[in-house]
Amino acid sequence: MNPSQESCAKCEVSFTVNGEQKKVLVHPMERLLDVLRNDLGLTGTKEGCGEGECGSCSVLLDGMLVNSCLVPVAQASGASIVTIEGMSAHVLMKPLQEAFLECGGAQCGICTPGMILAAVHLLEKKPEPALADIREWLAGNLCRCTGYMQIFEAVAKAARGKVAK
Amino acid sequence: MRADPAEYRLFSPGNLQAVLSLLAGEPAQWLPIAGGTDVMVLYSAGKLPNRKLINIWNIPELRQIEVFSDRIRIGAACTYTALRRHDIVSREFPLLATAASWTGGIANQNRGTLGGNIANASPAADSLPALLVYDAEVTLISVRGERRVAYRNFHTGYKQTALAADELIRDISLPREFSGYVWHTRKAGARNAQAISKVCLAALGQIANGTIRDVRLALGSVAPVPLRLDETEHALTGKRIEPALIETARTSVAKEIRPIDDIRSTARYRTAVAGNLVAEFLYKLAAEGANA
Repeated sequence: MNPSQESCAKCEVSFTVNGEQKKVLVHPMERLLDVLRNDLGLTGTKEGCGEGECGSCSVLLDGMLVNSCLVPVAQASGASIVTIEGMSAHVLMKPLQEAFLECGGAQCGICTPGMILAAVHLLEKKPEPALADIREWLAGNLCRCTGYMQIFEAVAKAARGKVAK
Repeated sequence: MRADPAEYRLFSPGNLQAVLSLLAGEPAQWLPIAGGTDVMVLYSAGKLPNRKLINIWNIPELRQIEVFSDRIRIGAACTYTALRRHDIVSREFPLLATAASWTGGIANQNRGTLGGNIANASPAADSLPALLVYDAEVTLISVRGERRVAYRNFHTGYKQTALAADELIRDISLPREFSGYVWHTRKAGARNAQAISKVCLAALGQIANGTIRDVRLALGSVAPVPLRLDETEHALTGKRIEPALIETARTSVAKEIRPIDDIRSTARYRTAVAGNLVAEFLYKLAAEGANA
């Protein structure tokens, strides 16, 4: 088969999203962001800039934080994807939610799913991060409301709370 | 105008030979895509000229970092995260590990690749001055075989490279010769993360008997290509670091670079900062090199 013919048409791509096996019929260059939102109805993943600058579309792809606007869906074939919707049962979710509420870490909410996922990605690798770690690991997630300090405080508080328990 | 995915093809052969066959079969038609941090930006904006893309993200040979006694070989599709986490890269090639930590944010470091940075050939790329001072060599591969090119000869003009239409960058090789050097790197940009540099310096040096035995300087964002400062290096080698030499260095840097005014900065600012960064390195070399 001529590969160029084959890959122009829609194709089936299978992956795991939030623990569930999914199969979608898509053009291979569709952005993972659009497939998550439009085909799978997972609208917790936001589009901000659409060019990898803002982190609103962050998801975990095989455990790694990525901007889903920069991932062609065909590259997610066979992968395990976690979106903000998949975080509800995560052990870090309750401390992070509470800390974001208490510290005022969420205002308009567009950046929040990405911020939470970036924070989870950090805390899974560094459970007791220094402020410099939090600043670095969240640097790819832009917020136009809070001025960031409330978010950094929230992540630090969630980490302390988690460690204390 | 946003791209219509139906107009684009993306083929995932899954192995290197098949990728090379496709590139050879229709040279210049297929654009390799690894982590997509450059390609997808153009694509989403509807500005990607290519309609056929070939997935090289999942090619195992391109994702390895191999350590030999005299060099390390970094697969072209190794991510910045992989570079930062690699023990030898962090210890012996701190200019590269540091540049990797400046590139984008964590999410882009998880996807962006060293080979992609080279192929994209932006003169502002943060990792490329480091490759210049470490005397990197790139291996280019095609169905015709492979060839090695000194990285300093790879960029032939603004966004122009030595890569033939059927070739792929397979790896980047660095000699393990620089662990005793004083190193210094600095990026001047609007913000640490997610910001393209106004000027970026990578520098290595060694002092012996009170004079500069070896010095290596490279700058990003000051010329159509990442620039190694051969003339300035020559002017410094064998000299004692003192205020007059630092002024000589500033003058030489200003003569050697070809900065422009653009949206991020001005030629005048870049010239001043380039001189300051080299001066800063020389002070550090004088302070630390004597004890090394």
